[in-house]
Amino acid sequence: MNFIEEFRSSQSGRTLLEYINKRSTKPARFMEFCGGHTVAIFRYGIRQLLPPHIEMLSGPGCPVCVTSTADLDKVIALSRLPGVIICSFGDLLRVPSSRQSLLEVRAEGADVRIVYSTMDALEIARQNPLKKVIFVGIGFETTAPTIAASVIQARNQGLANYYVMSIHKITPPVMRAILDAGETRLSGIICPGHVSSITGSNAWEFIPEEYHLACAVSGFESLDILYCVKSLVDQVEDATPRLDVSYSRAVKPEGNTAALKIMDEVFDICPANWRGIGILPQSGLCLRPEFAAFDAEKNFEIKLSEPSRETPGCLCGEIIKGTRTPLECKLFSKVCTPENPVGPCMVSSEGTCAAYYHYGGKLG
Amino acid sequence: MDKTKILLAHGSGGRLTHDLITKHLVQSLSNPLLNKLDDAAVFESKGKTAFTTDSYVVNPIFFPGGNIGKLAVCGTVNDLSVMGAIPKYLSLAFIIEEGLDISALEEIIKSIAAAAKEAGVEIVTGDTKVVNTGKADKIFINTAGVGFIPEGLDISGANARPDDAVIVSGTMGDHGIAIMAQREGLNFKTAVESDCAPLNGLITDMLKVCPRIHVMRDPTRGGLATTLNEIAGQSQVGIELNEESIPVKPAVGGACEALGLDPLYVANEGKIIAIMPEKDAPAVLSAMKAHPYGKDSAIIGRVISPNPGRVSIRTPLGALRILDMQSGELLPRIC
Repeated sequence: MNFIEEFRSSQSGRTLLEYINKRSTKPARFMEFCGGHTVAIFRYGIRQLLPPHIEMLSGPGCPVCVTSTADLDKVIALSRLPGVIICSFGDLLRVPSSRQSLLEVRAEGADVRIVYSTMDALEIARQNPLKKVIFVGIGFETTAPTIAASVIQARNQGLANYYVMSIHKITPPVMRAILDAGETRLSGIICPGHVSSITGSNAWEFIPEEYHLACAVSGFESLDILYCVKSLVDQVEDATPRLDVSYSRAVKPEGNTAALKIMDEVFDICPANWRGIGILPQSGLCLRPEFAAFDAEKNFEIKLSEPSRETPGCLCGEIIKGTRTPLECKLFSKVCTPENPVGPCMVSSEGTCAAYYHYGGKLG
Repeated sequence: MDKTKILLAHGSGGRLTHDLITKHLVQSLSNPLLNKLDDAAVFESKGKTAFTTDSYVVNPIFFPGGNIGKLAVCGTVNDLSVMGAIPKYLSLAFIIEEGLDISALEEIIKSIAAAAKEAGVEIVTGDTKVVNTGKADKIFINTAGVGFIPEGLDISGANARPDDAVIVSGTMGDHGIAIMAQREGLNFKTAVESDCAPLNGLITDMLKVCPRIHVMRDPTRGGLATTLNEIAGQSQVGIELNEESIPVKPAVGGACEALGLDPLYVANEGKIIAIMPEKDAPAVLSAMKAHPYGKDSAIIGRVISPNPGRVSIRTPLGALRILDMQSGELLPRIC
């Protein structure tokens, strides 16, 4: 047994499934907020083992998928500036903006690099003192502390050529926006694991308290998810919504206070543009004025040649809200495939469309 | 003149080129055909001959468990071996970036010699070019190989038949994770080494107990999942795997978990997939387990008639899902 196998035991998994199938009588609709959960649910084949009256919906929890086209257009414009090196995490490079992806501008000669941590981007800045290195800060509360740390380190080391383009988003406001919209009648929510390890599970208390919905924070192994589904089923059957945590090995009620402190030191809360949802107040992170010297938006003139535009027919915006599934999208698997992605939900390895495409095929 | 670095003049065809070839290459890789230094190696062949080529552009060029030179020999030896051929002769072509340390080149050539010796192959012809700084990434290697196929073997990706067993020769994803960890400076608690190895010895032992093996492939880029999808397509059969039977080292599984990758899509350089009639599988499996490169071998699934061209996998929870081909580059997750 090791730290993974313990949470993948097939025998325990089957016992949980048996319990869920016996206990669940009421139709229920659960949303997994996080893209990592969507992929895990498909990868373990959990959907097909749940009772047919339990519907699993995928939510907005993929940082790439919720990045608006307008923000991507700004990043592309930055990548075309002379003497600039753009650094970002993996999947973002493949997402089409209004016209091009970062991979395409790289093929045209722009200096765009994939990094695995912000410290790599700092190193690139140190090694290229005559260039301006812009780190595209994408992600939720999980990645924001490391980016905040990089800004502090750049300041402490006197690095004058390191900038952050912050398109970070924070998660509780978007959860509220989806619940307030009321377009998806949910019975319960599987709350994100990695995000909660930073924010703490307390961040989700409003779900049972204000919306009277079942809720549980989950890890990413099969047993984590099944424990969560079991908890949600119990809460629905007993009509006792509460906040449950099946990922206590990583998530504390108060979260990671050191990470939250550093985030707070560097970032202010500001409005953010969410794909498919629009601008939500108090849902993004931007650099505080005292770190303006590291803020790409404040130090570069970003000129967009044309207004941003979404690809006609792409349902990514609806899919991240859980109001439509990829199977309802006319482009899915025909025009839009992992090799030729039209929208970000197909690009991202944690995107709902990619999960449906890779794992959702029917076996005869 | 810096005598520790490769210079453009090493590729000019003049004295430095001659010195590089005679001092570094011929001395280490010496054999009668190469030593002649003619424009082509001349040898006799009879029967079915297998011929393959591959180029190696790996970054970094040195990694835990090997380097680009060992990889170049093993890759070509394995491509011949999985066709049932006994690898015999290799060509070796270098494209070197000006400025490469000569000591690095020596180290690479030493590994090439060692891997060729282990595989029982001879490097009989070659080429060296040097390009300006920035026009190549340290060193690129191309190898081509010739091998001879013994009478009676018929191994091809198109030969999988319903009810055949699917065996792998060991743990999946070691090479890809070793490279990724080294390249990106990722430190995991347990170091992962590349599985890079010549497999012709193991394959000879397998064919001894079962010359009826239908398919053999080395699951390199794209990993197990992509290779099996190719076989399912070539043979127009379905393949059903049992996820719990597929060997993965805990360190590789842990690294994949942290990076958001699936080990079934991660590259291997010293593993074989073998597909054969079910009744032959136990004998082949025990022959594999008896060889050092096959000690972790396992039967991981079977060939089926339904769902031709598709690979499915039974998850530990009992669900059956599609195991698709890899699309695009493997990229670690963001959060």
